[in-house]
Amino acid sequence: MAPRTLFDRLWDAHLVQDLGGGTGLVAIDRILLHERTGGIALKALAESGRAVRDPARVFVTMDHVVDTFPGRSDRTLMPTGTQFIVATREAANRAGATLFDLDDPRQGIVHVISPENAIVLPGLTLVCPDSHTCTQGALGALAWGIGSSEAEHALATSTLRVSKPATMRITIDGELDPTVTAKDLALYVVAQLGSGGARAHAVEYAGSAVRALPVEARMTLCNMATELAAFTALIAPDDATIDYLAGRTYAPTGADWDAAVAYWHTLASDTDARFDREIAIDARDVTPMVSWGTSPQQSIPVDGRVPARDPLDNAEGHDRSLDYMGLSDGQPLLGLKIDASFIGSCTNSRLSDLRRAARLLEGRKVAPHVRAICVPGSTRVKAEAEAEGLDRIFTDAGFEWREAGCSMCFFAGGESFGAQERVISTTNRNFENRQGPRTRTHVASPDTVVASAIAGRIADPRRLGDG
Amino acid sequence: MRPFTTLRSKAVPLIQDNVDTDAIIPSREMKSVSKDGLADGLFAGWRYLDAAARIPDPDFVLNKPQYDGAQILLGGANFGCGSSREHAVWALAEYGFRAVIADGFSPIFRGNCVRNGLLPIVLDPRPLAGVDGELDIDLAAQTVRAGDAIWHFDIDAEGKMMLAEGLDPIALTLRLAAAIDAHERADRAAHAWAWNVLPEARR
Repeated sequence: MAPRTLFDRLWDAHLVQDLGGGTGLVAIDRILLHERTGGIALKALAESGRAVRDPARVFVTMDHVVDTFPGRSDRTLMPTGTQFIVATREAANRAGATLFDLDDPRQGIVHVISPENAIVLPGLTLVCPDSHTCTQGALGALAWGIGSSEAEHALATSTLRVSKPATMRITIDGELDPTVTAKDLALYVVAQLGSGGARAHAVEYAGSAVRALPVEARMTLCNMATELAAFTALIAPDDATIDYLAGRTYAPTGADWDAAVAYWHTLASDTDARFDREIAIDARDVTPMVSWGTSPQQSIPVDGRVPARDPLDNAEGHDRSLDYMGLSDGQPLLGLKIDASFIGSCTNSRLSDLRRAARLLEGRKVAPHVRAICVPGSTRVKAEAEAEGLDRIFTDAGFEWREAGCSMCFFAGGESFGAQERVISTTNRNFENRQGPRTRTHVASPDTVVASAIAGRIADPRRLGDG
Repeated sequence: MRPFTTLRSKAVPLIQDNVDTDAIIPSREMKSVSKDGLADGLFAGWRYLDAAARIPDPDFVLNKPQYDGAQILLGGANFGCGSSREHAVWALAEYGFRAVIADGFSPIFRGNCVRNGLLPIVLDPRPLAGVDGELDIDLAAQTVRAGDAIWHFDIDAEGKMMLAEGLDPIALTLRLAAAIDAHERADRAAHAWAWNVLPEARR
């Protein structure tokens, strides 16, 4: 057999039928839904008189619209948010899907709770009407984001009609500096390739720097593949992946576990496999990154200056971004006064992110003029963080400590930052109006967000404590 | 879904890169669990001076009278990036757009378009923006015309079929139920671990 990439292996194993013209009918092993776009898919399917083909493989969580304030209920700040929660709950129960409701200890951001409960497993296909589903490719699954109509199709048929993507390998060799996180790496890749740089490609992250990343950090790296317009990203499973999954809620057990592990060890690209595109990155070139503009590709080293003209941007787009962000060409980002800082989202809200942030934060205080918010990615992450006392480190420093959800990554919960407020955030999108009307978002790592929150200005995490 | 054959219309130029789905339909405009009622919120952050009061910004291109009734939107690179929300396509379609011509599309947005009768065409939009008058789109011939000028575009066979025939892809796939059943039987045998962990198997 011809040498195959990991993507080819997963595609071949799930191909029900070749539909011609480069399209395949692909079997879908797991379907994840959330109340923002999943409720409408379930509702529309029911209205069309069709049933969910296999409710056992459908998992539903509440993350996008729910409040993250302590003592929350179905009521939300967003005036009609309750409708989304109630409609999704009713539709999920009617369909017989597994629902992680507001009071369920498994509730949380869909791309946090799925790995955490081993709903996603290496070698499976998984879809969710959410663009950041590529996060879950970090475990060696073929996981990708879809729209609501495709979600209906997957629910009704346990398959999708998929135009087969091209393949790209991004090989990152060398050692990342300990001050550099997977988020910095993800922003570096987007800045290098551009926001359309992997359009419709299945991206495999490989190389020694990727292998050295803990599994949660791999999720952060894969999370931002959608900011490259990729079909998805994936990383071959290894012992770290297997150790991560062992004993989790929906992980196989006993003889099934042994069979699964044996299969997972076969999931890699052949050494002579050919990719449609190959990109090489030297991990030693990566430093803490922060975005300056309104697209994730507009990211630079934290100690850099706003470029006079980024080769990835056209002139009009560049000027528009500068205007929106209230910046000028050549301006340094260090020292820029911030109004708020946010730690959370499917990019950076896992226990390892909170531990890292708390370690930098311990014994320090957020600058008095800065509003600081930490939103754990799941109810379980929150509980584990509290068991370690991380919540007290955050609250003692001046951070709000919230219930799990997507929260202010965007506006869906009805809560937002103010106009012209400058926010440094561990989220993934610095789009115009994303975190609030006219809000100016800088995306960065948890380290950089903490350093900046303490300084009250964009700060270099490598110089924390220098005064 | 309404089949797409040909279209004659003016085109509105919104040629900027990375127009994201948050811009096309802001999250705060997705007010009900419905595919309808979204046109009013289309580009709400740009279209209105005050979105809450719905006071139009006369400088925004959609508000210019010469583009009234236009059914073709011209975009830049990576159009429809960001959130997977299909509401972006529902809003564009409800507003009256039937085609978007752009340098490129985000893959999820593109997939949402072909499932909702909105034709995504990858072409350099700049020459089209200079056209005085209407454009003619012919999906079967895969062409855009303006007078004697003609541009050809590529589209995948599956997307073209869905648009041209207005077919329901679920109905098409349900005809393949026997193949799906056979695939699942084989997969259960080969990868029992993937099935035995499902809630139903455990009940």
